[in-house]
Amino acid sequence: MSVRRLDPIQPESFKFSAANMRWAKAQVKKYPKGKQASAVIPLLWRAQEQHDGWLPEPALRVVAEMLDMAPIRVYEVATFYTMFNLSPVGKNFVQLCGTTPCWLRGADDLKAVCRRVIGEQNQVTEDGMLSWLEVECLGACTNAPMVQINKDYFEDLTAENFEELLTDLREGRDVKPGPQNGRQFSCPEGGATTLLNATASSSAKRSTKSTAKAKPGRGGK
Amino acid sequence: MLKDQDRIFRNLYGFEDPGLKGAKKRGAWDGTRKFLANGRDWVVNEVKASGLRGRGGAGFPTGLKWSFMPKASDGRPHYLVVNADESEPGTCKDREIMRHDPHLLIEGSLIAGFAMGSNTGYIYIRGEFIREREALQAAIDEAYDAKLIGKNNKHGWDFDLYLHHGAGAYICGEETALLESLEGKKGQPRLKPPFPAMAGLYGAPTTVNNVESIAVVPDILRRGASWFSGLGRPNNVGTKLFCISGHVNRPCNVEEEMGITLRELLERHAGGVRGGWGNLLAVIPGGSSVRCLPADLCPNLIMDFDSLSALKSGLGTAAVIVMDKSTDIIRAIARLSYFYKHESCGQCTPCREGTGWMYRVLDRMARGQAHKREIDMLLEVSYQIEGHTICALGDAAAWPVQGLITHFRHVIEERIDQYSASPEPEGEVREPVAAE
Repeated sequence: MSVRRLDPIQPESFKFSAANMRWAKAQVKKYPKGKQASAVIPLLWRAQEQHDGWLPEPALRVVAEMLDMAPIRVYEVATFYTMFNLSPVGKNFVQLCGTTPCWLRGADDLKAVCRRVIGEQNQVTEDGMLSWLEVECLGACTNAPMVQINKDYFEDLTAENFEELLTDLREGRDVKPGPQNGRQFSCPEGGATTLLNATASSSAKRSTKSTAKAKPGRGGK
Repeated sequence: MLKDQDRIFRNLYGFEDPGLKGAKKRGAWDGTRKFLANGRDWVVNEVKASGLRGRGGAGFPTGLKWSFMPKASDGRPHYLVVNADESEPGTCKDREIMRHDPHLLIEGSLIAGFAMGSNTGYIYIRGEFIREREALQAAIDEAYDAKLIGKNNKHGWDFDLYLHHGAGAYICGEETALLESLEGKKGQPRLKPPFPAMAGLYGAPTTVNNVESIAVVPDILRRGASWFSGLGRPNNVGTKLFCISGHVNRPCNVEEEMGITLRELLERHAGGVRGGWGNLLAVIPGGSSVRCLPADLCPNLIMDFDSLSALKSGLGTAAVIVMDKSTDIIRAIARLSYFYKHESCGQCTPCREGTGWMYRVLDRMARGQAHKREIDMLLEVSYQIEGHTICALGDAAAWPVQGLITHFRHVIEERIDQYSASPEPEGEVREPVAAE
């Protein structure tokens, strides 16, 4: 467990955009009548996305009202689930996996890069572009070490290419999610050991490393 | 080695089209209508006969679990819930299914829903898997558009499938915590009984299955229960996705036959242990929650449920975390303890307090700042957590620590000796003792 509190500085109010409101109403329909509270996590998540990556207190009340929930129940959810950021984050919010499988492959080196380039955890850089947080296992262990930045996973990192990645993000350049060493997702580096005869067209791809590069952005699609 | 034609996940690495067209080319959605026409009992019996054991960690027979669902509805709906809250450290297999072979999961959900008299299914995916969520939702939309699922679909069984997501709580992988979370509450596990098959989601009969368990069902039905049960060893049959991480030359996911030896698995698919087999220190064979095994138990280690539990470890999710001799094993396990401390839901005292206590002691032990008598004290505390909590997170937190002490007590003792021989100079910060 970790102690999580709402930020002392809060905006006056929160309002879902018209598009998000429509989306929220459709979400509620996924659940049986009277069970609209089920939509609380998706709605809070959308509120966080709309509000620059963090969840302000007025949004909790808005969601509570929309779902006919007691505000305290929504507060509970917002403070229980660690993906809800209760304080502002950088435009690029780096969640660095520090759990053992990533640690074994050098997560500490990435942490050092974060400290040097960004600063301490939960501190937003002056230009507002970056902030970072050590998180628990993100479930990409065969591609360790890795980080999640906003919606995307960046895998198979080294201190060098991670620092480059942060620089690119800070300067607004395009970056390619997924494995950073040219590897195809969780396929062994250098080529698959299985399914080599599946189809002629794909088996050619299987033995080369370069195809992953030929499909930019697929890692996160 | 498993033959390629026996593999279920033929797009594990995403070389091919994950969409409906590609999935159909690989055999998905073939004969589904016929399976449903054979009736509910046939499906359940076929899954039972296949010997499929749940792929989420506990290894409970899937067919048997399905048969616990009431045969007829008492007015309450039945629910299928697919557990895609994959967050056991070391595990990253369901992610590949959801983004590269999502139609196997969708088809399996329809079949499982039918077998349990359920017209509604929810897939609960972990919040961090945003791109995977998008990929899976796209596949679900495709299946709706092609009338493969939904109302009045081609298969003659109305089935709505909804994707729901969490927001970063490991505990929501526990089935009743998952149901709480799906109901819009904090993910705190429920006391059992009643079991979900009697009172689960919204108080209605519910079965919660892992993604991989559901995704293999269509192929079991297509190729026959005897095909599946013919792979592996008795009571530990079929194919399994292994996630190989840590100190190997080429970490990867791979589908292999149950009962493959650890050494073959690592050397054939993952390029072997970094620095050679002789450089192996220990392995965690089934995700962070199982006890680690030292190298001397590894040469003929068989990777399946029964042989690993005989060694007081477990196959768990088949997430193999390899550690070579450069590893500080105390640090490695202390980091896992930190994970459990972070992920404890706070409901039961032994777990809420115990996980933090164990982490703080292990953190000191990693620096050698401990007394040798504390090793047994730590072991005793771990036994007091194990089995004394509502859910298995307490057990999961205790086992890695127990594994460490069982197999690497000498390392902790050496570390303590080293420290007492030359304690660090002054200026060192004392650790807080009380609970934070």
